Amino acid sequence: MRAPAELVSYVYRNPGAIHQFSMGDWDRLVRQARQSGLLARLHFQLLNHGLVATIPADARWHFESATVLADRQQGEMRRELRQLRTRLAGLDLPLVVLKGAAYVAADLPAARGRGHDDVDLLVPSECLGEVEATLEQADWQAVDLSDYDQRYYRRWMHAASPLRHLRRAMMINVHHAILPDTTRFSPDAAKLHRRATELPGFSGMAVLATEDLILHAVTLLFHDDGLTHGLCELSDLDLLLRQAETEAGFWTRLLVRAEEMDLSRPLFYALRYARHFLGTSVPEEVRDRLAIAAPGRATLSLMDGIYTRTLAPGHHSSADALTRLARQAAYLRAHWLRRPPRLLVPHLFHKAFISAYPRDAKPA
Amino acid sequence: MKLLQLPPGELRRQLADQGIWLRTGPFSLRVRSRLEAVAEGLGELYGQFEVRNPHETFADFHVAVDPHIRLGRWLRPEVRFSFDGVEPFSPLPRDQAYPMLEWGLNWCVSEHAHQYLMIHAAVVEKNGRAVILPAPSGCGKSTLVAGLVLSGWRLLADELTLIDRKTGRIHALPRPICLKNESIALIRAFSPDAFFNRASCDTAKGTVAYLRPPKESVRRQHEPAPPGWIIFPKWVADEEPELLPRSKQQTLQFLSQNAFNYRQLGAEGFRVCTGLIKQSDCYDFQYSRLEQAVAVFEGLAASANTDKRGN
Repeated sequence: MRAPAELVSYVYRNPGAIHQFSMGDWDRLVRQARQSGLLARLHFQLLNHGLVATIPADARWHFESATVLADRQQGEMRRELRQLRTRLAGLDLPLVVLKGAAYVAADLPAARGRGHDDVDLLVPSECLGEVEATLEQADWQAVDLSDYDQRYYRRWMHAASPLRHLRRAMMINVHHAILPDTTRFSPDAAKLHRRATELPGFSGMAVLATEDLILHAVTLLFHDDGLTHGLCELSDLDLLLRQAETEAGFWTRLLVRAEEMDLSRPLFYALRYARHFLGTSVPEEVRDRLAIAAPGRATLSLMDGIYTRTLAPGHHSSADALTRLARQAAYLRAHWLRRPPRLLVPHLFHKAFISAYPRDAKPA
Repeated sequence: MKLLQLPPGELRRQLADQGIWLRTGPFSLRVRSRLEAVAEGLGELYGQFEVRNPHETFADFHVAVDPHIRLGRWLRPEVRFSFDGVEPFSPLPRDQAYPMLEWGLNWCVSEHAHQYLMIHAAVVEKNGRAVILPAPSGCGKSTLVAGLVLSGWRLLADELTLIDRKTGRIHALPRPICLKNESIALIRAFSPDAFFNRASCDTAKGTVAYLRPPKESVRRQHEPAPPGWIIFPKWVADEEPELLPRSKQQTLQFLSQNAFNYRQLGAEGFRVCTGLIKQSDCYDFQYSRLEQAVAVFEGLAASANTDKRGN
């Protein structure tokens, strides 16, 4: 079979296909995987399938280098988490680790082959100020944001402005909700805390219950994270699901919880695109039960048009004539989901015309 | 096939079209650009490097230098560097198109090639042993390197010392040497045959021009060399040249801070660095006149040769 234009998800689904790869296919695979942040993850998958020796030497170092970086970032993340735990221990508050940091801290398969440069923490909203003040006393400082961004974070977002330790690269985001207050779906944070489970290696810290962890990953796909690293976020979700489905009764718990949090529609979409790109197995019964959350046929085909393009690697070799438009639509939709129009319009205006210009990176 | 064997029109056609496939040291590049300055620079400086059929399908780094179109900028045209669609730098004035390609290529290697420990240093070789010259810019490092390679030393690299993590040997990446400001005239006077491309003025580093790497260095670019010395050069006014032994501890510390990826490699970075230091004699070196400096280095290389025969 001839390889399709988009190779990252193709190899993810059929690792054995690389036996037939030409050097031109390797060229595209490396470039698409780099752009989608999946070089190290594909490397890990190919290692698992005993296929690394099949990668031609010219291409192999790209995968190995990405793994060096991912491993390094994971090590730094664990160190950062231990530091944070020590600093925040005195406050005696529930501390939940989110997203990539949670996968690493809990040593989940979703951590394999991916590095993250930020740590996301969830704390009760009344503790946000206290946490921020404690960290700032201990050499974590607010990252330089424009005045506009800083005001915006404080007033409307679900987080304090990002912090960074003076001598380290890792960025810390302290949240009080998993989605902004302004968002159209807004899960109850107190309930997330109650259901969270203690992390064995990091006493005093917890991760969300499996269903909540997965539903959070679902929401990320359609918000900011998914816009830049769609396929990577989707593969995190795939790995979370593959592990979770070994627990008895998992799918039922997931569906119930999705309904409770008003996230059945996003879950429907996420499973649809995970199946489309990565061949994630979702029992038929689950798909049937989610069908009531599906939108009308016209909306669904529009959404398919947008997300089958947006979630693909952001490389020109896997794009078509509509990719740009689809990305713009997904961007607008991500903002639409998290902000009511009275905030959305001025915000996008500011981003487009006022803060779009300064760029200062200097060549080496 | 070598780049100089391509007719100038064909070089420009490939550059503007699918990009020219070029090998520099361990890396393959595909460079795309419609800018005359880029075609001219590559034609003049990379003549000895291998090019392949434009349909060659795999390249490590796909890069482009293009005019940067922005409203209101038509009075001061700019160019931008992109690595497979990613732009790591802000655009620069059009006169800096060629240096931007070189800086961009340095960035590509230093950000990705973690199969090496990468040190920000020049490296040259004679009689089978390499001299690593780490130095902050402004110390006369590139001037000294230019003087050495124009006196028969083999150029391994001007900016990026690539140390194989498994063997500890240094891999060559003999791209053109970047000289700044007064160094350009100084090297022209030192060696009237030296070839420089057209200088770019007013860059972040002042005026820069590139010295064409010697043919022999390019021919041997796939031949790694074991480390022999780590020498920190410093240009001073009106002094006799002097080599002063330097502590290995201090050198290790400097290297760990000046490697591009020491932190990324973790314990492995430390292991490779200590292995390197163990095999190298470390010196501080000050000089005023290039001829004298080259003579000191010749002495070092000769002593190494005698050691080898003595063993």
